[in-house]
Amino acid sequence: MAINKIGREIPDAFAEQFGTYGSEFENIKPYQAAVHAVCPRKPGESKLLDSIHDAIVKTGIKDGMTISFHHHFREGDYVMNMVLDEIARMGIKDISIAPSSIANVHEPLIDHIKNGVVTHITSSGLRDKLGAAISSGIMDEPVIIRSHGGRARAIERGDIHIDVAFLGAPCCDEYGNANGFEGPSACGSLGYALMDAKYADQVVLVTDNLVPYINTKISIPQSDVDYVVKVDAIGDPKGIAKGATRFTKNPKELIIAEYAAKVMMASPYFKPGFSFQTGTGGASLAVTRFLREGMIEKDVKASFALGGITNSMVELLDEGLVGAITDVQDFDTPSGASLARNANHLEINASMYASPLSKGAMVNRLDMVILSALEIDTDFNVNVITGSDGVIRGASGGHCDAAAGSKMAIICAPLIRGRIPTVVDKVTTVVTPGSSIDVLVTEVGIAVNPARTDLIEAFRGLNVPQFTIEELRDRAYAIVGEPKPIEFGDKTVALIEYRDGTLIDAVRNC
Amino acid sequence: MGREEVPFLPTGIGVIRNMELKQQAVAGTAESSDIMITIDPVGGDAVDISLDSSVEKAFGDRIREVIAETLKNLGVTGVKVTAVDKGALDCTVQARTIAAVYRAAGNAGEFDWKEIDAWNA
Amino acid sequence: MMFMPGANPAMLRDAGLYGADSLMFDLEDAVSIAEKDTARALVHFALKTFDYGDTETIVRINDLNTVGKLDIDAVVRAGVDVVRLPKTETAQDVIDADEVITEVEKACGREVGSTGIFAAIESAEGVLNALSIAKASPRVRGIALGAEDYVTNLKTQRAYGDNMQLYFAREMILHAARTAGVAAVDTVYSDVDNMDGFREEVAHIKTLGFDGKSVINPRQIPVVNEVYAPTEKEIQKAKEIVWAAREAEEKGLGVISVRGKMVDKPVIMRAERTIMLAKASGLIGEEDL
Repeated sequence: MAINKIGREIPDAFAEQFGTYGSEFENIKPYQAAVHAVCPRKPGESKLLDSIHDAIVKTGIKDGMTISFHHHFREGDYVMNMVLDEIARMGIKDISIAPSSIANVHEPLIDHIKNGVVTHITSSGLRDKLGAAISSGIMDEPVIIRSHGGRARAIERGDIHIDVAFLGAPCCDEYGNANGFEGPSACGSLGYALMDAKYADQVVLVTDNLVPYINTKISIPQSDVDYVVKVDAIGDPKGIAKGATRFTKNPKELIIAEYAAKVMMASPYFKPGFSFQTGTGGASLAVTRFLREGMIEKDVKASFALGGITNSMVELLDEGLVGAITDVQDFDTPSGASLARNANHLEINASMYASPLSKGAMVNRLDMVILSALEIDTDFNVNVITGSDGVIRGASGGHCDAAAGSKMAIICAPLIRGRIPTVVDKVTTVVTPGSSIDVLVTEVGIAVNPARTDLIEAFRGLNVPQFTIEELRDRAYAIVGEPKPIEFGDKTVALIEYRDGTLIDAVRNC
Repeated sequence: MGREEVPFLPTGIGVIRNMELKQQAVAGTAESSDIMITIDPVGGDAVDISLDSSVEKAFGDRIREVIAETLKNLGVTGVKVTAVDKGALDCTVQARTIAAVYRAAGNAGEFDWKEIDAWNA
Repeated sequence: MMFMPGANPAMLRDAGLYGADSLMFDLEDAVSIAEKDTARALVHFALKTFDYGDTETIVRINDLNTVGKLDIDAVVRAGVDVVRLPKTETAQDVIDADEVITEVEKACGREVGSTGIFAAIESAEGVLNALSIAKASPRVRGIALGAEDYVTNLKTQRAYGDNMQLYFAREMILHAARTAGVAAVDTVYSDVDNMDGFREEVAHIKTLGFDGKSVINPRQIPVVNEVYAPTEKEIQKAKEIVWAAREAEEKGLGVISVRGKMVDKPVIMRAERTIMLAKASGLIGEEDL
């Protein structure tokens, strides 16, 4: 068993294969970008196919290949199930899947795994039943959990080589010009899918909204696309995007949001031209709202807002409080609509968002980011992937990317959830190393990473209760009691890649 | 409640309550941070506790221990306890267990705090 | 003073988080008849277990003629700061509760008289008896208007925004409280989504002279604290007056002047109250004096 620099055990075989985590930026070095196959088109050739079946036949998918999907449709996605069901029906086995993430709606994967159709998975995260099934050890090979920036890196460096990408396209013409703005399955930005379109050997767009040539708003261009399949529906609008994301009324979340906004505004980074990412967690929208009030009051405008976007950020853009939104994913209908209409609302791909091996990701330019946590330990290491019972149920997302890139990473989390403490001695699984985390905000007060003496100084006199993280852990344990350590088995069910490709942790079965 | 005819006696002043279980009783809810305790008198000396907890791995043993201790302190045996837990703290587990036992014994709400507080002292 | 149902374990656990000056766990109207016993047990354990810090703990008990005595037994033993009596009509109601509390204090070894009483006045009769209620026992810490039952008793309903509707009751309670030297707390504002209306009402009752407002949702707390928080200018002036008064006392001077103006006793008392509010709102600390 190898031990990485933050004391996490990594089984030897995997430690050799991937390398073990050392520090945030030590592996960021020049490299040769991956190449992919191209099958050029001649004039007069059609790309339109009648069915998913035909696409599988035409692309020549066979045992052992890697196929990919995007997760912009979240819980409303039909594409992955549709493709895998057909692959299973055709008797193809041993498929590797590399979706940008996996939702509850992909529960049928459990049967495909059990039947040997899917044998390898890489994803940002796993949810409920699938997460529990994976944690119980139904796969021979561990799932590789990659952050959004980490997946982009893996594709760019060739760690993931995609044979065929099946990409749901909400608005698409017959020659493969596509966007996510219009149609029944509109999802806004296609930021994660852009990576697959650029690097996969073959790209199949699956659409339920075929528009006349030429589709003028182009996110995925025809020059990257091999085939277009028209189906009845690629997604369920109810699962894809909500209406306007609602402002929380939960008093605990409001207190956390208020404290977080105060921390942001008291930091040295809150000055004209600052940049931020607030994400979409419970308290995030409220943080944006409180921040807005402060920006107006102090006349401080931001240069850009980054990340997964909600309508609260669009409001800031419309009010002129934010110069631009750089958008890899939209979480509600108003934000997708803004992307289509606003010149300063920019669609960016996952590499530009967060890849450590791009020529400069947006996270590198980020001043402040609000992130969530299932657990955070006294070393400030954060877990967003496994529950207190050790079962995989979360997603890595852009967590470690934004934390590493930004000047100040703020974790917003309640001290306890029900009887489960959030601040603990040692997190169950590390996704983001504590060296990337600067401030923890809870409903009882904040704790600043002791390494950030400058911030400790800046927050002296801030009207928010301040504690050491050990004090917050003690408060949590005083309320709920000390949890019994989880008993894991011997089988490795998931590997947690840091964004640079080394292993920061491993998850065993339970 | 029909409490009007019960004369008020601050508990612990020479009042010994009969904790013999007479009927099935339930206390608590299925809401987050609560626990629902069902007490079934089954006769004999056995104490059988079955727990379904959302925090089984981290706190299941502790919750069973609190229920068992509380029953022992109350002098209750010959009982089957069915508990459905949604992350209740120890003090909630105790409050729900005691309330359910008092209900099962037909003394709903007439808690002997002198005695109960002595366990936790 | 934040109201919360005594039957909800999560709320009892989190009650201390929201910055209320006092917490009122309700065993009365917020708890159904069938759950009076279980809520009583929950509140007993909550008071014994959770660290509410400096926050005052209050439990609203049921009528003494129903299960109020069992409630008193449960909460006084658990160390509650104040027992809130519902629907107080006469001084006798307070005297009866006082006797039960004394009995429990003796039985559990708590200092006799250490438990306070807060009397909620929720009827026409109660309003007319406000002064005798406020003076009925040395335990009485304050009296409060409970407007929902009061307006029903008057055969009308709450008219939010109409400051005249409760004017008589509020003035009676204020005058009684001031005469007896106890606190006066205003009624709840039930429409939690109408923050502007709530803010106006808080400003109104502050002007009348109330010491505080009952709230039913944590979101209302910052509004009360803001409205009651004195301005920087008021704090500065109050500090100067308090300093001058101290200096005068040390030097044995009879007459005090601040910024060239004579300062008499009521002004000093108001200044002291401003300082107290500023401290309560976290605007100044002990070291600022």
